[in-house]
Amino acid sequence: MSVGTASATQNALRRSLSGFFEEDGGLETIAAWLLAIVWISPLVFAAWASFHTASDALSFDLTAPLTLVNYIEAWFDAPWLRYFFNTMALVTLILLGQFFFCTLAGYAFARFEFRGREVLFILVLMQLFILPEVLIVENYVIVSNLGLFDSILGIGVPYMASAFGIFLLRQAFKQVPKELEEAARIEGCGWMGILWRVYMPVAKPTYLAYAMVSIATHWNNFLWPLVVTNSSDTRPLTVGLSLFAAPESGVSIVVISAATLMSIAPLLIAFLLFQRQFMQAFLRAGIR
Amino acid sequence: MATSDSHERRRMALYGWMLLAPALIMLTTFAFLPTVSALWRSFFSRETSRNPSEFIGLENYEYLFQDPVFWQVATNNLIYAGVTIPVSIVIALGMALWANSKMQGRTFLRIAYFTPTMLPMIAAANLWLFFYTPDIGLIDSITALFGAEPVNWLGQPETALWAVIVVTIWKEAGFYMIFYLAALQTIPPDLREAAIIEGASRWTYLRRILLPLLMPTTLFVMINAMINSVKLIDHLFILTKGGPNNASKLLLYWIWETAFSYFDRPMAAALTVLVLAVLGLVAILQFRGLEGRIHYR
Repeated sequence: MSVGTASATQNALRRSLSGFFEEDGGLETIAAWLLAIVWISPLVFAAWASFHTASDALSFDLTAPLTLVNYIEAWFDAPWLRYFFNTMALVTLILLGQFFFCTLAGYAFARFEFRGREVLFILVLMQLFILPEVLIVENYVIVSNLGLFDSILGIGVPYMASAFGIFLLRQAFKQVPKELEEAARIEGCGWMGILWRVYMPVAKPTYLAYAMVSIATHWNNFLWPLVVTNSSDTRPLTVGLSLFAAPESGVSIVVISAATLMSIAPLLIAFLLFQRQFMQAFLRAGIR
Repeated sequence: MATSDSHERRRMALYGWMLLAPALIMLTTFAFLPTVSALWRSFFSRETSRNPSEFIGLENYEYLFQDPVFWQVATNNLIYAGVTIPVSIVIALGMALWANSKMQGRTFLRIAYFTPTMLPMIAAANLWLFFYTPDIGLIDSITALFGAEPVNWLGQPETALWAVIVVTIWKEAGFYMIFYLAALQTIPPDLREAAIIEGASRWTYLRRILLPLLMPTTLFVMINAMINSVKLIDHLFILTKGGPNNASKLLLYWIWETAFSYFDRPMAAALTVLVLAVLGLVAILQFRGLEGRIHYR
């Protein structure tokens, strides 16, 4: 009897629980879907329009025939292949630089004791708020004086010692148990050997997450590359795209759509394939 | 024994400094040095072909504070921050609650909400041109169905800034959503059950239980959104170029324009210093937050 009452209560609770979840369930599902459709509609619409002639696209003729003319026109109007190559070189260079500088500094902060360490760490954290974007004027002078104006290295170099990367790797290295380190030392590893054999392998997920965020960030970065480049030999995709789509260029909006779709395609496809990993990466690299 | 100990400690310190040196040199060159040189440069006059640059103290700042354009751009940026921050946070929270529920197709919802985050601001602006183009754009085509006149959304001072704000919210909300999603997943389901037993309504549960628990996340997202309200200006290059008549101009865009269109670097440096000061305030807010000002209640 009491068992029956208990299970009845439980059932009631479960029912009211699911009722609780689904209160206004139908209406809310519709709202959620509506928001999702609104949210992707700019992208979907531009994708649809890029396969149509300007007159068909702007009269929203859903039955109009598909065409590739916009892609062909866009492709031959600007050195996209060069821009792609520049962007790839840029994100690779920045990532390698970040791994190098941030690994060494993160290791120092996590594992070595010396005077001034805390002060230095706060100094590094301060850089999180001194945005490279805000310093374009001064960094333009510095990069020019270093002879790096209009070079891929010149675009990448201010981002390499990232305070953010140092912070992330320090946290990851701090998680490594001392016993692992002792074991490696007994086997004859020096400090660099320990970093290479013990710390870096353990921090692999952090490296991966950081790499995804770094690549996405610098694939999309615009203002600083705009300032520090001056030729199509170095311009990344974003800068090339902005020149192509600038109002004064007079290019048709459907051709601009085609160019936009082309330049976001690699990252967008990567995201759709690995969406869970990307979101995890942004999360891991964001929450500190 | 003691000597070998202090010897070992000295070696560790030396090693630590050597490991730090490369990153410190880079940070000094591209973050700390430019901060100091911006401050220094802001005390000088602009160099022209006739007059060399000379020390003028605070005159650049005085000039700025008397310049109505400065106040307009600062006001624009305040509106930009004041609208984009709360609106994208509220939307992000709604998105997270929905994407975390047992709704049909929540993977799709999540992807749809998050996708704008993966696009460059320039591309986002290009996509939105379809909506804003007067007469033939999507918005005007829809409003025309109801007999409304076409509106030049980007070309008139009353709407230009708002058009820019909408694109920023669209771009950012999905990004903030993931932080709320992660936070929601750590909230124990017992709390929900307890709330039901107590007879709390869903709204009460959200307001009295979820929101306080999500407070640290909200603070984190808010700091990010504040920084972004300074940083996210790329779409201006495509949509409005700060116009018409400075109506949609934001500080960072103005810094770029002052330095690279008007070639007035000292003035741009003064503006840079002011923006860095604002970011410094945000930093203080962040560190105070980390000290535990936000409690679970």
